[in-house]
Amino acid sequence: MKQLVSLQVNGERHELYVPVHKTLLEVLREELGLTGTKHGCELGECGACTVLVDGEPILSCLTLPVEVQGRDITTVEGLASQGVPHPLQVAFAELNAAQCGYCTPGMLMSAKALLDRTPDPSPDEVREALAGNLCRCTGYVKIVEAVRLAARRQQGDLGTVVDEIERALNEGVVREPGA
Amino acid sequence: MLRLPPFDYYAAPSVEEAVAALRDHGPDAMVVAGGTDLFPKMKRRQMEPRLLVGLRGIRDLYGIRRLEAGGYRLGPMATLTQVSLHPELRAAYPGLTHAAGVVSSPQLRNAGTIGGNLCVDTRCTYYDQSYHWRKAINFCMKKDGEICWVAPGSPRCWAVSSSDTAPVFVALGARVRLVGPEGERVIPVGELYGRDGINFLAGKRPDEIITDILLPPAEGWESVYLKLRRRGSFDFPILGVAVALRRREDGTVAEARVVLGAVESYPVEVEEAAATLVGHRLEPDVIEAAAKACFKPARPLDNTDLTLYYRKKMVPVYVARALRRLAGLTDEAQRRTA
Amino acid sequence: MPTNGYDDRKNRTNLGSHLKRETSVIGRPLMKVDAMSKVTGQALYADDIHLPRMAYARMLPSTQPHARIVRVDTSKAEALPGVLAVITGRDLPIKYGILPVSQDETALAVDKVRFVGEPVAAVAAVDEETAERALELIEVEYEPLKPIMSIEEALEETEVRIQEYGHAGNIHKMVSLQFGDVEAGFAEADYVREDLFFYQGNNHLAMEEHSAVAHYSPDGKLTLWSSTQTPHYVHRALAKVLELPPSRIRVIACHPGGGFGGKSDPFHHEICAAKLAMLTGRPVKITLTREEVFYAHRGRHPVLMWVKTGVKKTGEITAMHFRSMLDGGAYGSYGVATTYYTGALQTVTYKIPRYKFEGLRVFTNKPPCGPKRGHGTPQPRFALEVHFDKICEHMGWDPAEWRQRQACEPFSLTANYLRITTIGLRECIEKVVEASGFKEKFRQLPYGRGVGLACSAYLSGANLPIYWNDMPHSGAMVKVDRGGGVTVYCGSTDIGQGSNSVLAYVVAEVLGVRPHDVAVVTADTDLTPVDLGSYSSRVTVMTGNAAIEAAQKVRDLLFRAAADELGAAPEQLEAAGGRIFRRDDPGVGLPFAKVAQLAEARFGTLAAVGSFTPPKTPGRYKGAGVGPSPSYSYTACVVEVDVDPETGWVRVPKVWIAHDIGRAINPILVEGQAEGSVYMGLGEALMEEQVFRRNLHKIPSMLDYKSPTFLETPDIETILVETNDPHGPFGAKEAGQGPLLPVPPALCNAIYDAVGVRIDELPVTPDKILKALERKAKGQEPRVGPDRMPDVEWSEPIYVEPPDLEHDPSLVPATGSS
Repeated sequence: MKQLVSLQVNGERHELYVPVHKTLLEVLREELGLTGTKHGCELGECGACTVLVDGEPILSCLTLPVEVQGRDITTVEGLASQGVPHPLQVAFAELNAAQCGYCTPGMLMSAKALLDRTPDPSPDEVREALAGNLCRCTGYVKIVEAVRLAARRQQGDLGTVVDEIERALNEGVVREPGA
Repeated sequence: MLRLPPFDYYAAPSVEEAVAALRDHGPDAMVVAGGTDLFPKMKRRQMEPRLLVGLRGIRDLYGIRRLEAGGYRLGPMATLTQVSLHPELRAAYPGLTHAAGVVSSPQLRNAGTIGGNLCVDTRCTYYDQSYHWRKAINFCMKKDGEICWVAPGSPRCWAVSSSDTAPVFVALGARVRLVGPEGERVIPVGELYGRDGINFLAGKRPDEIITDILLPPAEGWESVYLKLRRRGSFDFPILGVAVALRRREDGTVAEARVVLGAVESYPVEVEEAAATLVGHRLEPDVIEAAAKACFKPARPLDNTDLTLYYRKKMVPVYVARALRRLAGLTDEAQRRTA
Repeated sequence: MPTNGYDDRKNRTNLGSHLKRETSVIGRPLMKVDAMSKVTGQALYADDIHLPRMAYARMLPSTQPHARIVRVDTSKAEALPGVLAVITGRDLPIKYGILPVSQDETALAVDKVRFVGEPVAAVAAVDEETAERALELIEVEYEPLKPIMSIEEALEETEVRIQEYGHAGNIHKMVSLQFGDVEAGFAEADYVREDLFFYQGNNHLAMEEHSAVAHYSPDGKLTLWSSTQTPHYVHRALAKVLELPPSRIRVIACHPGGGFGGKSDPFHHEICAAKLAMLTGRPVKITLTREEVFYAHRGRHPVLMWVKTGVKKTGEITAMHFRSMLDGGAYGSYGVATTYYTGALQTVTYKIPRYKFEGLRVFTNKPPCGPKRGHGTPQPRFALEVHFDKICEHMGWDPAEWRQRQACEPFSLTANYLRITTIGLRECIEKVVEASGFKEKFRQLPYGRGVGLACSAYLSGANLPIYWNDMPHSGAMVKVDRGGGVTVYCGSTDIGQGSNSVLAYVVAEVLGVRPHDVAVVTADTDLTPVDLGSYSSRVTVMTGNAAIEAAQKVRDLLFRAAADELGAAPEQLEAAGGRIFRRDDPGVGLPFAKVAQLAEARFGTLAAVGSFTPPKTPGRYKGAGVGPSPSYSYTACVVEVDVDPETGWVRVPKVWIAHDIGRAINPILVEGQAEGSVYMGLGEALMEEQVFRRNLHKIPSMLDYKSPTFLETPDIETILVETNDPHGPFGAKEAGQGPLLPVPPALCNAIYDAVGVRIDELPVTPDKILKALERKAKGQEPRVGPDRMPDVEWSEPIYVEPPDLEHDPSLVPATGSS
């Protein structure tokens, strides 16, 4: 059964005529070209396909588009604003929290939801909040560090993120005490 | 990638219309709440409904509120996250909120519902597999086949009850309101469950919907839930221990219920264990006797994680730990139990 | 906090006296060049590719573990509307395999299936759902054969053979090597100990499911985008199986979403996608499901091991005899190499003067095993380090001091002719013992708590290629643009370890430009010089050296062009800070781009190539090709555990790991490799296992195949030790695999320290700990592990006299820098 579905993704409205059994993951990747959202099992067992619906992380592989009409859907492509990356993205890039990078989009979405409700999380709070996202590369160490670095930056003066990236690419990451 | 099979979707606007759709379509229809249990099973072709009746649009099915007569009413569409974080519930029914908070992963708890967790399908490593995998063993009696692979001589299916919250609801004496084409009725949560892995929701007719979960007043009741699983996230219980009890002022137990999860196709209430507790203080020998009473009724088989011998061995250990937690005994073992 | 003490800002802008001694890029914790693309979701993985007119394909898995294929009827599938093509084994009969000696695979099963899940047919259709529906319409008639599911069964069953080649029966490969008179060694020992161990198989479980997209253009050229670690080998396999000239095949490795060795073979789906693209004239994509990834496998071999070691009272090892039996699964894959690897690196950690190795690999009706992080060495390293812990316990030796005393010497040659260059093992042990407080904790923590130590060594790339040839292992090309932009081209594949960034760093360092101004083009067989692939920890050392050579050639041209302008000889010039200037007067210089223009005007287009060929191997015996490396990395690890004696549950609060990296080209990337290795090692030690029941994979899902989440992964403290290896680019050695090796044995040694039981079998599940504790309570041996090796007639060993360095000084490795 095909159905007209209206989705609000990263602030943009999309009217789609799609089979009702296509999951949000499939619609994002195959209809909207938003391939930043990944998949590692399609059964809710890995967290790679995590997106935000009204700010809460959910798994797009287990979500029907028809059931999230009218709600705000955010994917990794919607994290940056006006081309300026989110502090989480910069911190993940700087601290090598993304190795192969495949779990990263889902990880970032869970982390974003965490920082939105807990601006300065403890390492254990980060681990609990991200426990639904598997990573096979990093041993999770740099991810915890990166979320906390982003939290500190978000609370302080953001500075110019672009300068931050340029510096990290050419001169090196400055790791703060207590990271 | 694994995809869902085609189906039609009906966004039911009310309980009545949802029930009517279930009645009209019979076995071809299933309700979907959070979808976190149903969709993986559909992707593996364990369930192949032609029509999904979506409950998301039914306002009446949401919300958590205190009842005038005492106790709480949980809308079945309340998410596991909402239940686990609800401040009043956390104070009154800590065993329940803990159980809701340790279901699967944060993302699944954001989508998965409390009603859905009561109805979560029984699980088995011979059944929770893809179509091609199951074809390789010529299927099993729960779906498309003849035999129960974990107990080949058995006339029944031994898939495991895998709800974290069901044992706690049973221990708390919670009830559910079911609405069907013939009207509504209220039954204890324990009566939802059959004694077989296939017809595990025997107490609920297929065209009935859970509309309310009713918790009795918590006054005087304490509750705890301990979960055994390999990892702190994602995993279903391979043993759940729920204990609810009420103590007199002198510390002796007035009433108790001890319920085991994931050791049978239904939550197993161990009355003998409760009887051991009643009339006594939660002292080590009493705890040990109650724990021991839980050993025999637990019947784990080789159809989930870790060995069945190990899981059975852990039953009294976890029951004792649950009781020690209620008794306020903080020891090494408590520190090591999540 | 980083403990390796890197300075966050070496003075880049100061163009003073000795910049070239003080690197400006190497050693800095830089952001990876592709990091921003990954965190924004823009990095392209194979399944992200959507081409116009693209069709989707699925493969039909075998439902039989071992059977003859009597009949395959695809007619109903072909008749299904939307189906574009159906192929079976008959359409792709040519055999291939990663090793020239194991050409035993076909893209789809021909005549026989050898494990449940093996692809039998493939369908291309307008969409994935149609392809999947068509699979169900394919009828396959099987004639079942006896399934062989274990090492024991494979050794017993000689009539029913899974493969028609190999050593004998179902033994695929047998190796028997002896270096010196081992029996004499045992005779002169004060204590001789034998132990048995088992290491269960496990899967890489890369987050990305393998995916490939093939496009066959009307002019007869094939392009394959794939999540592969080895585009060069895929290129060769496609040419062979499809009978196309290599010149008409282009393989592009997309960002693989994790590899760990699991994407190092040419795979069924890659060849099927290509064939279906040729048949349909449309681009075809195949993405595996997670379950199919478990069938594609190539994961860690289950290995049963026996080890016997003699030691003197004074601590020296007099001799070692090691036996391994590998459960290979149904096909060869890298298995012959894996078999050798279970015996090759025993000698490069501690001094072992006489050594005998017997190993065999059997075929079983399971998905083929292959290389996973550490390739054949974590299993023996687990056995050895626990075995040594038992020896130290018996002899009353401090396990840290004993290891330090017995560590191999720098620039030495082992009994089996492996050439050790730098070795920072002693320092690694010292650092990790100090950081963890090992001396204060060992045998002194309360019951239930414990610490364990283990060490290891790993190769920085294999000296021999997979297929015999005299060509370089790695090639790189550097081109300089008129605007001052630099591009480096190399066949290597960045699987997340940061190899693209390493190329940028070394080229930027040599040319004195900013790493962000270096464009990196990799892993495209049309565009880039060959690099053999991202396996065996070879990439930094080999591509790094190749890229340095190319960059130095370009720099020579730049210096020659600038020399006249700057009034100095080319040898007197430096390149740094985006300028080329006089070493004796740094103020006199020109911008890099300006010099590039001068050079292009004088010499023409500015580009140069470099290549790397590993040093010659001194060993001359059959089998000497497995083990030699330009250099070995060393690791020491301390694991702390908290064991619940009532439940057998093991919690790991912290792991300390010290790694001899030679030189950290980027310390933050090295730390990432060490942390990831610790995590993966713990996963294998505590929960991950590829297990079978009723002749098929018991748990082919991410839920049931347990891998650690954030909540099971401990704090990890990484300490980097630098030894500046002469063979490494800027002194670097490997980091990607070695740090995994000591983790499982350190864990098991810690469990013994905590509760006094030996778990000689991985993974250490809680039921095994309880079982061992029960045995202990009953006064039985407090151990769970294998109790025997199956009897087998080992081949007569090839006898090799260990090197006599006194009489043949030419064998002593040179200390000079390259």
